[in-house]
Amino acid sequence: MIQALFFLFAAVAVGAAINVLVQKHVLYSALSLIVMLTAMSGLFILLRADFLAVIQVIVYAGAIMVLFTFVIMLLNLPADEDGADRLRWLKFIGIPLGLFLLFLIIATVWNVKPVRTTAAMIGSPQAIGKSLFSDYLLPFEATSLLILIALVGAVVFAKKDL
Amino acid sequence: MIEYFTSWDFVILIIKIVVIFGAVMNVVGLLSWIERKVMARVQMRPGPTRVGPFGLLQPMADLLKFVFKEDVIPSQANRFLYIAAPLVSLIPAFLTFSVVPFGPWLQVTDLSVGLLFVFALTSLGVYGIALGGWASNSKYPLMGAMRSSAQMISYELSLTLSVVGVLLIANTLSLRELVLSQQSTWLGFIPRWNIFLQPVAFVVYVISGVAETNRLPFDLAESEQELVAGWHTEYSSMKFLMFMMAEYANLIAVSSLATVLFLGGWNGPMFGPQWLQLALPIVWFAAKVGLFVFFYVLLRSTIPRFRYDQLMKFGWKVLLPLSLANIVVTSFVVAVA
Amino acid sequence: MIPISWYLVVGAVLFLIGVLGFFVKRNIIALLLSVEIMLNAVNLTFVAFSSQHAQISGQIFVFFVLVVAAAEAAVGLALVIAMFRNRESLNVDRSNLLKW
Repeated sequence: MIQALFFLFAAVAVGAAINVLVQKHVLYSALSLIVMLTAMSGLFILLRADFLAVIQVIVYAGAIMVLFTFVIMLLNLPADEDGADRLRWLKFIGIPLGLFLLFLIIATVWNVKPVRTTAAMIGSPQAIGKSLFSDYLLPFEATSLLILIALVGAVVFAKKDL
Repeated sequence: MIEYFTSWDFVILIIKIVVIFGAVMNVVGLLSWIERKVMARVQMRPGPTRVGPFGLLQPMADLLKFVFKEDVIPSQANRFLYIAAPLVSLIPAFLTFSVVPFGPWLQVTDLSVGLLFVFALTSLGVYGIALGGWASNSKYPLMGAMRSSAQMISYELSLTLSVVGVLLIANTLSLRELVLSQQSTWLGFIPRWNIFLQPVAFVVYVISGVAETNRLPFDLAESEQELVAGWHTEYSSMKFLMFMMAEYANLIAVSSLATVLFLGGWNGPMFGPQWLQLALPIVWFAAKVGLFVFFYVLLRSTIPRFRYDQLMKFGWKVLLPLSLANIVVTSFVVAVA
Repeated sequence: MIPISWYLVVGAVLFLIGVLGFFVKRNIIALLLSVEIMLNAVNLTFVAFSSQHAQISGQIFVFFVLVVAAAEAAVGLALVIAMFRNRESLNVDRSNLLKW
């Protein structure tokens, strides 16, 4: 049962990711990315990281992609861009080279041996909270500063008159 | 695996799903009747009286009208997104009810992160409106969709943050545990509900809930006087019905969550024989949800609409700092006491 | 049980799709989407290893990657809006003023 779910989520994720590349209109690419993020959330649940799975849907699929969708809808461009298609040959070199890179990576990760763990760890909110606020307190505060900087930066960049 | 699908657990699960789904669909239809009747009585007119006793079959008549209406798709509209948008709006609204505890034995599943699951579905519901407005390819829906989505994502923040105070007290994200943590009483008769411990959070949650579901007084995005009908201008018959059902289901979901978090869910005085004690929690839950629904319908009938900049100002400058201050105060009190 | 290498293979395939998208696409927003695909592939790898070794640090790291992706998406899109106001086009080939 878990194997069937794994194949389902993995197939949806990879298919949606390929659809992101294939679509001409960038809004369809963004919507395919939302589908991919939800499939990734399913994979996280299979890996028993349930808190992270729900956080992924809330933050990534529910906030970041809304931002993308808003910008695409507001800019409202036609489907295919004009301009010389000078990079058409890049696809024919890029895809075989990319597959070669994929072969190299898979040859490395294929031999990772499963470690027999004693306790079934669940990514519960308690476990994440305990670790986040004690061992990783400094990165946590630093990310809050990072978000503040991003907030100010986004508002400044998108202003009409500085 | 096949042993699970033929076991009694699976059959009971299917029965629970069918019962809850049927109940929610019925209540959505009933809610449209409640809304029309209460709004009418507030405005000193009778409301629907012709179809069935007290106009109770009015939702059936509306359903038949929607089914027989012509299903129009504008020629310039984006077909795939136009047809998909009501589904994207409807599915998260109904999926919320899979984690809500209606009674000690009537809950489809109890996720360990159930509360966050509900908020994730609320976040996904924004897409139905944004895509519906954009796919209609016309100016009123687009403006209504943009305004409505911006409003929803702004009030999502105060909605989520207002609940953190309750989580600090209850120490759990699972909705069943949240209900169970409110079971005891103080002084023997005052129930230990979270509304007495977190009044500010309750007020912020109720207001944000109204804004999340695009109801009056926060419905500038779909008001008749301003934007024809907002993001569902170009929709007719079944797709419009799906949007309406999604809106009512969202309202019931927000009310159910408010009772689970603040009013103690299905807790209430238990009395009577064994069979009555099985049904009584659901009666208490339904009564509390009905209270919230009645309040929301009354709110719609009485309060005028917010202007859009007033709305955004209120969400960002009043509700968000209030919920953050509530978190700070609550964490101090929980740490000290 | 699902062996850990299957999750890593899925992560590798997704990472490759992100890399290919970043090289081939000309729309700036599509480039940002490809970066998001790459970040997600890395997230999957982190969570897979965290589940295997039963340590929570992998998931904490995913937290931080999520935050950084959000910040980067926000600032990137603001830059896209500013660029669009000046050039009326989202084609990266048109932003070549610094090219000699």
